[in-house]
Amino acid sequence: MTERFLGKDLLCLEPLTADQIRFILDTAEPFKEVSERTIKKVPTLRGKTIVNLFFEASTRTRISFEFAEKRLSADTVNVAASGSSVEKGETLVDTARNLEAMRIDMVVMRHPSSGAAQFLADRIRSNVVNAGDGTHEHPTQGLLDLLTLRDKFGRIEGLKVCICGDILHSRVARSNIWGLLKLGAQVAVCGPVSLLPLGIEDLGVTVFRRIEDAIQWADALNVLRIQLERMHAGFLPSLREYNRVFGVTVERLEKAPRDLVILHPGPMNRGVEIDSRVADGPHSVILGQVTNGVAVRMAVLYLLAGGRPEMAEAAKGRSGEASE
Amino acid sequence: MAKEIVEFAEGTDRLVLVGIHRRGPELSGRLARMIEAEEGVSIPRGTLDITLYRDDVGTIGPRPVVGATHLPENIDGKCVVIVDDVLHTGRTIRAALDEVADFGRPARIGLAALIDRGGRELPIQADIVGKAVRSGAGDRVDVFLQEVDGRDAVELVRGEGGGGR
Amino acid sequence: MRPVLIRGGRVIDPSQGYDAVSDLLVVDGRIAGLGQGLGAPDGAEVVDARGKVVSPGLIDLHVHLREPGREDVETVATGARAAAAGGFTAVCPMPNTDPVTDNQAAVGFIVKQAQAAGAARVYPIAAVSMGQKGQQLSEFGELVGAGAVAVSDDGHPVASSHLMRMALSYARTFDIPVADHCEDPTLKGNGVMHEGLVSTRLGLCGIPAAAEEIMVARNLLLADLTGGHIHLCHMSTRGSVELIRRAKDKGVRVTAEVTPHHLTLTHEACEGYNTNAKMNPPLREAADVAALRAGLKDGTIDVIATDHAPHHYDAKEREFDDAPFGIVGLETALGLGLTELVQGGVLTLPELIDRMSAAPARVFQLPGGSLQRGAPGDVVIVDPEARWRVDPSTFLSKSRNTPYDGRELRGLVDRTIVAGLTVFRGKAC
Repeated sequence: MTERFLGKDLLCLEPLTADQIRFILDTAEPFKEVSERTIKKVPTLRGKTIVNLFFEASTRTRISFEFAEKRLSADTVNVAASGSSVEKGETLVDTARNLEAMRIDMVVMRHPSSGAAQFLADRIRSNVVNAGDGTHEHPTQGLLDLLTLRDKFGRIEGLKVCICGDILHSRVARSNIWGLLKLGAQVAVCGPVSLLPLGIEDLGVTVFRRIEDAIQWADALNVLRIQLERMHAGFLPSLREYNRVFGVTVERLEKAPRDLVILHPGPMNRGVEIDSRVADGPHSVILGQVTNGVAVRMAVLYLLAGGRPEMAEAAKGRSGEASE
Repeated sequence: MAKEIVEFAEGTDRLVLVGIHRRGPELSGRLARMIEAEEGVSIPRGTLDITLYRDDVGTIGPRPVVGATHLPENIDGKCVVIVDDVLHTGRTIRAALDEVADFGRPARIGLAALIDRGGRELPIQADIVGKAVRSGAGDRVDVFLQEVDGRDAVELVRGEGGGGR
Repeated sequence: MRPVLIRGGRVIDPSQGYDAVSDLLVVDGRIAGLGQGLGAPDGAEVVDARGKVVSPGLIDLHVHLREPGREDVETVATGARAAAAGGFTAVCPMPNTDPVTDNQAAVGFIVKQAQAAGAARVYPIAAVSMGQKGQQLSEFGELVGAGAVAVSDDGHPVASSHLMRMALSYARTFDIPVADHCEDPTLKGNGVMHEGLVSTRLGLCGIPAAAEEIMVARNLLLADLTGGHIHLCHMSTRGSVELIRRAKDKGVRVTAEVTPHHLTLTHEACEGYNTNAKMNPPLREAADVAALRAGLKDGTIDVIATDHAPHHYDAKEREFDDAPFGIVGLETALGLGLTELVQGGVLTLPELIDRMSAAPARVFQLPGGSLQRGAPGDVVIVDPEARWRVDPSTFLSKSRNTPYDGRELRGLVDRTIVAGLTVFRGKAC
């Protein structure tokens, strides 16, 4: 095996194998423990420089990555850039070259254009982690959702998970769909047809047009945020109507044949896609997602920063100590 | 070894056994049972995985497996004896010392190694040694345990050109 | 000017159903003779065309030459030379220049630049509306007088149905077609590729086939209403092909074009966010490609036109959303046609040549596209067996934006002759 197990970058879940995904989740387990210690730090990535390059405002994801990086003892730099190349004046190509010239080890990037993470990864030698590119994928979110489901159910295979909301514009939905399908779950989506992408069934996903049907079927719901912009762009008439027709409410959940586990990538629009009593209720694992987020991101950074097989072989030969 | 550990800790009051992952925990389990049988006291135990504390993240290999780390609640003021199967360069123990320090401040830390094969790259010593073995750089020293490998054995395999010292 | 005798090639002239090994004579810039064993007049240049194909020079009804305004990516001169390298003896540049070609001075400028270049002929297409703003008709009479052969707002659709109706009617006065880039702007929205399974997977905003078909249907109805000649640019969907077929059956005056890329690529070419697969209308599905090929074969689609759209390297070296639409096509069109369509069994060689020479001439009523006596001396000699690899760094065009980089093709232009003068010589293989 002459390739790194995960490759140079983590850009999306679509090309990963089930084996690779499970491996990342397994690697996240010991990192959960690190976050429970008094001294929440391991020296593993000491001396590594990681840049958080966020072209879209995001507090929670950036903070989660920052904790992950600092708990691995890496040096982090946050760069908040505005919008696309066209608006900014400095092209993404130049940004990439500048980072490379500064000998950055890893870049965590969020960008409003689908494909931007791959664009950057193709042009710099540093590891690139996609923290969300346009409406394409948000792989670490997909992974932490999988980990949270696994924690709750003990497995992913055979689980019935329905993703609810604006699937068309959701990178979280796409990453979840890939991750869940690869690990053998049954996947459904539910939302207004105007917010469902063409060809979604061809990916192997069931479509529910009514939230009540989804609730009857599912073991878990991953509830996505509905954005005001969609209303302005004509995809749905109003947030009020969305809540009345698709909102995940206590009343609707009471009719479910079993206790549904509730996930939400955040930030929540309480009272729109999800009721407060559901979000704060006993079946919500939303806070667990946040905790797992740091562990998953630590695992990803650790695995990407890790070395090439030939260096491991050389190290083994030298000290004779195999640490697997 | 169990006797020497109790001597080293000046009794069992403050003794904590911590095995380094892959075979250390099983060894410390056996030692703890022996001490319990002899002294009639239950000894707190922990496991350490030092993968995240290695000084060479670039060489961890493509599929590193990070094991679990569990230490007893409070190790401040205790006598922590680290248990490992083979002591060689000392780098694993250095990493273990760093990791234990992140959990608290023991009064004393000692090292019990089943096999000391020489070849130190750092100034580290074992306080309790099962057996010292001479080995060269190209040799392999492997410990097999019933709980992990289905048998108890220690094997020294000479490498070519390694030649014993 | 020396006469030119092209000897021993397989002469294919679809305008008169001719396909035989024979000689072709060009004198004083015009076709003077076609037949076996022609004698060479005094001082004639004799070109040995044995093993080659000799046909009327190709005509491209849809190119973008970027001058005036974007001379950094192409000029009339470089475009005309690129055309000649591709076997084209005439091209029709679209008016979405800067400033827009909506007045006689602008049209005249382009004609003059082309004459100075001395490569392929250039017949400008002028704007339908002033500034291509879609509000006020431009002065068709003045534009035609200066040399325009058609009107179009390409780059943009003519969104207003009223304006299109007026344009079609008014154009009848001058017997020119109105060429439309068929697209409903509200359905296109922020779309950057075909709306389908690939756009769903890549997370890119899609343009549905309906965006084109709606305007195709509208244009056909208006052509029927006005009796005007509507020319539909770069068709891309099977639905469009079907609409055109039925309209032609009814006798509507419609002509249509398709690009080489819409005949050979699908939306899968966008995988990996390849900006050289980003164009408008977008590449679509295999079923669309099949329908376009069938339409080209049965005459529903009249011509192949490249929609040659030069863009700067930096512009395409960007996130997919931000990259401009379009690819160059003049220097790969014939090779693609020969390799994918003729060798691929979709068209015969005479049919391909017809769709690229006789048919375009007929659609825009241009001189050329024929080897009948007295026709312009515009000839292309092609080596149909020559194998070559597409290398954009060797293009005569200033721009390099093509998805066919590295592609192996068969069929290379050997020589291009315009008005009896050789304007391009291929490298001898």
